[in-house]
Amino acid sequence: MSRSDSPEELAEPERYELQAGPLYQFDLTRRDLFRLLGAGLVILVLLPDTDPLKAAAQESGGRRFMGRELPQEIGAWLHIAEDGSVTVYTGKVEVGQNIRTSLSQAAAEELRVPTAYIQMVMGDTQLTPFDMGTFGSRTTPTMAPQIRRAAAAARDVVVGLAAKQWQLDPASLTVADGRVLDPASHRSLGYGEILKGQKLMQTIGAGVALTPADRWKVAGTSVPKVDGRAFVTGRHRYTSDFKRDGMLHGKVLRPAAFNAELKSLNTRNAEAMPGVTVVHDGNFVGVAAPTLHDAERALAAIEAEWQAPDQPADRDLVAVLRPHPTAFQGAPSASRLQATYTVPYIAHAPLEPRAAVAEWKDGRLTVWTGTQRPFGVRGELAAAFHLPEDQIRVIVPDTGSGYGGKHTGEAAVEAARLAKAAGKPVKIVWTREEEFTWAYFRPGGVIDVSAVIRPDGTISEWEFHNYNSGGAGIRSPYDIPGQQTEFHEAPSPLRQGSYRALAATANHFARESHMDDLARVAKMDPLAFRLKNLKDERLRAVFQAAAQHFGWEGRKAAPDRGFGIAGGTEKGGYVACCAEVAVDRAGGKVSVIRAVEAFECGAIVNPAHLENQVEGAIVMGLGGALWEAIHFDQGRILNPHFSGYRVPRFTDVPQIEVVLLDRKDLPSAGAGESPIVAIAPAIRNAILDATGIALRSLPLEKLSG
Amino acid sequence: MPNKQDLKINGSLHTIQADPERSLLGVLRDDLDLTGTKYGCGEGQCAACTVLIDGQPAPSCITPVGSVIGRQIVTIEGLEKDGKLHPVQEAFLAEDALQCAYCTPGMILGAAALLQENPNPSDAEIAQAMQNHICRCGTYPRILRAVRKAAQMQTSRRSSR
Repeated sequence: MSRSDSPEELAEPERYELQAGPLYQFDLTRRDLFRLLGAGLVILVLLPDTDPLKAAAQESGGRRFMGRELPQEIGAWLHIAEDGSVTVYTGKVEVGQNIRTSLSQAAAEELRVPTAYIQMVMGDTQLTPFDMGTFGSRTTPTMAPQIRRAAAAARDVVVGLAAKQWQLDPASLTVADGRVLDPASHRSLGYGEILKGQKLMQTIGAGVALTPADRWKVAGTSVPKVDGRAFVTGRHRYTSDFKRDGMLHGKVLRPAAFNAELKSLNTRNAEAMPGVTVVHDGNFVGVAAPTLHDAERALAAIEAEWQAPDQPADRDLVAVLRPHPTAFQGAPSASRLQATYTVPYIAHAPLEPRAAVAEWKDGRLTVWTGTQRPFGVRGELAAAFHLPEDQIRVIVPDTGSGYGGKHTGEAAVEAARLAKAAGKPVKIVWTREEEFTWAYFRPGGVIDVSAVIRPDGTISEWEFHNYNSGGAGIRSPYDIPGQQTEFHEAPSPLRQGSYRALAATANHFARESHMDDLARVAKMDPLAFRLKNLKDERLRAVFQAAAQHFGWEGRKAAPDRGFGIAGGTEKGGYVACCAEVAVDRAGGKVSVIRAVEAFECGAIVNPAHLENQVEGAIVMGLGGALWEAIHFDQGRILNPHFSGYRVPRFTDVPQIEVVLLDRKDLPSAGAGESPIVAIAPAIRNAILDATGIALRSLPLEKLSG
Repeated sequence: MPNKQDLKINGSLHTIQADPERSLLGVLRDDLDLTGTKYGCGEGQCAACTVLIDGQPAPSCITPVGSVIGRQIVTIEGLEKDGKLHPVQEAFLAEDALQCAYCTPGMILGAAALLQENPNPSDAEIAQAMQNHICRCGTYPRILRAVRKAAQMQTSRRSSR
C-alpha cells in the first residue's frame, strides 16, 4: 500500500497538533437539505471505500475512532437550483493553493458548463459536509473525484429528465453550456428549466463514469483564480477584515516563557479603563475593548509575574532530540558512509496571522476564523465551552495562507472566551510576534544515515534514523533491498506540528545529501549514480526531465560555481530539481543562480496554478534551505519578527524554470507540498560541487556547516 | 480626548477622531473600514500594509496618523476608477499572480508607485524596488511578470493616445 493511500496518514506522527475527535454524525434529512438549499436537484456523494477518512473510521480499535460504528459518510454535495445555478459544498478550505478554482473546474467539466457557473461553498460547518481538514495534499486526489462524480451524476439526471419530457432515448441527447440539446430537433432546455418545481435527491457512490483526462475541456486548462478581482481590489474579506455590529477587539496576555506558571496578577488598572472587559479564567488572561488601541493599552496595564522552568536552547538540539550516540546496526567497514544531519525548528509565518471573530447569540456560537480544519476547530470550541457541536458554527473565509500551520483554533477559542464575557462579538488578530511564538513550529530533527556501496556503485545497505522531525518521506525510493528506516519520537522543546510536506523535506535533505556523498565515494556523476540505483519509472522521468532542461550533461565548471541535483517522491508527486549556486567563500555566502524543477503529479488539472504552486514551493523551500531557523532559549523565542527571521524576498529568487510532466493516464495528485522537498538538497549538493564542503545542517547559509 | 483630524483618502476627505499617535493602518482598517490594507508584521518589514502617501509607498503600520494630515493617501480601494482597474491590477489578474493574495494589495500599490517613477523598469529594478514586500506563498516570479506586463500596458496606452 502506498503511503498516501494509507489510513495511517491520518496519524502521521508529526501531526502532533491534531487531537482525536469524534467524526461528525451526518444527520441532515432530505427536508433539511431542501430547506437549506432550495428546490432543484441535490446529489450527495458517499465517501469511497478507499478514502482514508472512511478507512480510518472502519479500523476497529483504530487510534482515532475507537471502532465506532459510523453512518455512511458524505464527502460533498452539489445542488442545481431552479434557476440553473450550481453550488458545490465541501468542507475543504481555500488558503492560497487555489482549490476553489480547481474544484470549480472539476464540477464544470462534468456538468459541461464554464467555471463561472459554479459557486463553491467551502469550510462552513453548518453548510458543508464534515471534512478532516485541508492537508496532506488530499483535495485533488480525494475531493475532486467526489465532486466530479456528483457533477456527472447531476448531468445524467437532467439529461434523463429531458429525455423523459421529450420521450427520447437519453443517449441521443447532448449537453453543452448548461443546456440539454436534442440534435435531431434542435430543441434545448436549460438545467434550471428542467429542474423547475422539482425536489430531487440522489445519493451516489463510486459507480459513476467520469470524463477521462484526455477528453477534458475545462479541467486541464489554466482557468484563472476564481474571484481574482476581489483580491486585486482589496475587497475580499479575510477573517482579520471581518467586522460585526458592536464588535470589540481582544488581546491575550502571553506568559513570559513557554510552560510558565502565573504567580501573581493585578488587573485593577485595566478594569478601570472605560469599555474594557478583563477575563481571568485559569491560565487565560485577556481583555476586550472597543478599539485595538484601547485593548493594547489595557493589556499593557496588567501586571503579571510568571515563573518558568529551565528549558533548553536551540544550540542543544542534538543533545535534546537524540541524547545518545548514533545507534547503527551495521558493522563498520571501509565502504560504509555514516553521517548525522540536522534541521532546525522553523516557522510557517503565514502573512495573515491567526485571526478569529466570535459571536454568541442565544447560547449559540459562531466563529469566523482562518483555519485548515473548520470541523477540528469546532471540536476545540465544543471542548473548551462544554457545548454540543451543533451549537457551534465555524466559517472559514478564504484565508491568508497556512502551509500546514493553521490546523488549530487558538484565536477562535480566545475570541470566543472574551466574547462570552463581554456579551459582544470580539475579534482577535494575532501579532506577528504572537504568530512567531505561540503557533506551532515545523519540528527540528536529527537524522542519522549509514550506507554501504558496492564497487559497481549500487547501494547494498541503507539505515536511516529520524529523531523527532517525522516519518513522512522516510523510505528511500532507491532500489535498496532490506533498507532500514525508523522514526524515533523525542521530547520536543517547542510546540511542533505539521508544515508543508511534513518531515519529507528533512528526510529528503538527509537522503539526497547522503546520495551525493555516496556518489563521490563511488566516483560517479550524481545523476548517473541515482539512476543506477533507481527503478521507479516516474521518479526516473522527472530526474531525466530536470537534467535535460537544465543542461546537466553539458554543465561547465567555473570557480566558486556549483551544480547540484536532488529529487524524490511524496504524496503522489514526483519531483527532481537541479540547482546552480555561486559561493562567496570569503563572505561565507551562497546565492542560488538558477533552479530547474521537474514535477509530475498525474493528469494536470490547471497548468498555470500548478506552475504557481511549484514555483512557490521552490521559493518557500529556499528560505528553509538557506536562512530560516527559530532560535530559542529558556522557553523564549529569540527571533520572533521578520527583522530577525529571514524569509525569501524578491532579490533572493533565482531564475526558476518549471518543467511539468502531464500524465493524462494517471489520476491527479495534490501539488501543494511535494515540490518543496528537492530544493534544499539540490542547493546543498551544488555547494558540495563548488567547494567540496559536505554540509549536513540546515540552514545552509553558513558554509562552516 | 482624541483630536478631530481630516484625512484625504482616495480623493475624499474623512474626518476622524483619533489619537495622532495611532497607526494609519489601524485608522484605515478599524475606523474607516478600508480593510484592503493588511496587517502583516507591525514593524515595517513585510509591506502588506503599503499605502501611497503623496505618491510614495509607505508602511502604514508604522506611520502615525498624525503625520499624514493634509497629505494625499491612496489605498488599494482607491486604485480602481469608475469600475476600471488600474493597469497593475489588470496585469496581476492577467498573469494570475495570486496565491493566498494577502500580500497582493501592498504589492500592487508598491508596483504602481514604481511604475509611476520608472515606467520601464528592468527585472533587477523591479526586484530591488519590491524587495521589502514579502509573499510567503512565493509568487514572486509571477508578480515580476505582472509588473513587467503592467509596464508594457501603460506604455502602449500612452503611445495609443
